[in-house]
Amino acid sequence: MNGSVGRADPAYLLDSSGPAAPPRDNGELVFAAPWESRAFGLTLALNETGLIDWEDFRQALIREIGAWEAAHPSGEGWSYYECWLRALERTASAKGLVDPRALADRAEQLAALPAGHDHEAHDHEGDQHNIHNETPNHP
Amino acid sequence: MTTAADHIDPAVRAEALASLLIERGLVDQATMDNFIKTYEQSVGPMNGAKVVARAWTDPAYEERLLADGTGAIAELGFKGPQGEHIVVLRNTPKVHNVVVCTLCSCYPWPVLGLPPSWYKDPSYRSRIVREPRAVLAEFGLELGEDVEVRVVDSSSEVRYMVLPMRPAGTDELAEEDLAALVTRDAMVGVAEVAAP
Repeated sequence: MNGSVGRADPAYLLDSSGPAAPPRDNGELVFAAPWESRAFGLTLALNETGLIDWEDFRQALIREIGAWEAAHPSGEGWSYYECWLRALERTASAKGLVDPRALADRAEQLAALPAGHDHEAHDHEGDQHNIHNETPNHP
Repeated sequence: MTTAADHIDPAVRAEALASLLIERGLVDQATMDNFIKTYEQSVGPMNGAKVVARAWTDPAYEERLLADGTGAIAELGFKGPQGEHIVVLRNTPKVHNVVVCTLCSCYPWPVLGLPPSWYKDPSYRSRIVREPRAVLAEFGLELGEDVEVRVVDSSSEVRYMVLPMRPAGTDELAEEDLAALVTRDAMVGVAEVAAP
């Protein structure tokens, strides 16, 4: 990113009740859980340094979404960021950034840690993710 | 082909992927956190609202916006990922545009931030194409029979943003006050801008 992803205007950021307020106040939060933001942040960081190509990732995301929809005609259990994470795993593996076997082993190791290990421990500040339940105006 | 450890909780898999990439020095935590913070706090529909308000008050700007969305939006300082090919479509009393990405979730991040969950949902992505009037009615937008509804599909080549109609009775409002009326939903095309 070239240092200007848009302008943070303090006057607008403080206007938390207006319709033009920041995303979290304009209907819903951007991420429903810290792991979603982690998957998002990883993807943008890898894209910024050119280690993955956005269009490769997008095509992987389209395939994951298409495969999920084909397997779940009722739409039950939909998670956009699960598709995103799988697309990122595949893109990173295809680019040789991670070894799929090492990734699987690491995930197994982490999953086997005793209860109480905080898988979100390294996430950024702003831990309000789970406090607000989004109430989308759902069609 | 199944993804590695597909049965494991996504929070654990995200941690596993991040830890391996960080150990190899391919990403760093601060860069990730910066992206997350930016899209959680700084980039959102308030950017698009300023673009709309400028277009409503400055006909020359509106003309540039409709001719070259990305360029006119950059004039206000809004640029970045997913903003390279923004096309702005103007709603009129006769034509109502509504945006979808049928394949994934393409969306003009610099002006609208990240998309809301309903925009990414399989049901919106399929139904808005098949039965746009019914879906718009569920959002509370009833359009007259004489209004043509155009559903436009965003992609990697084009990210659409809607320029909604300026509501009646706002002639006296300043640009900043107009921006406060503009909602994300109006810029996706599932709503109109209500008068104050």
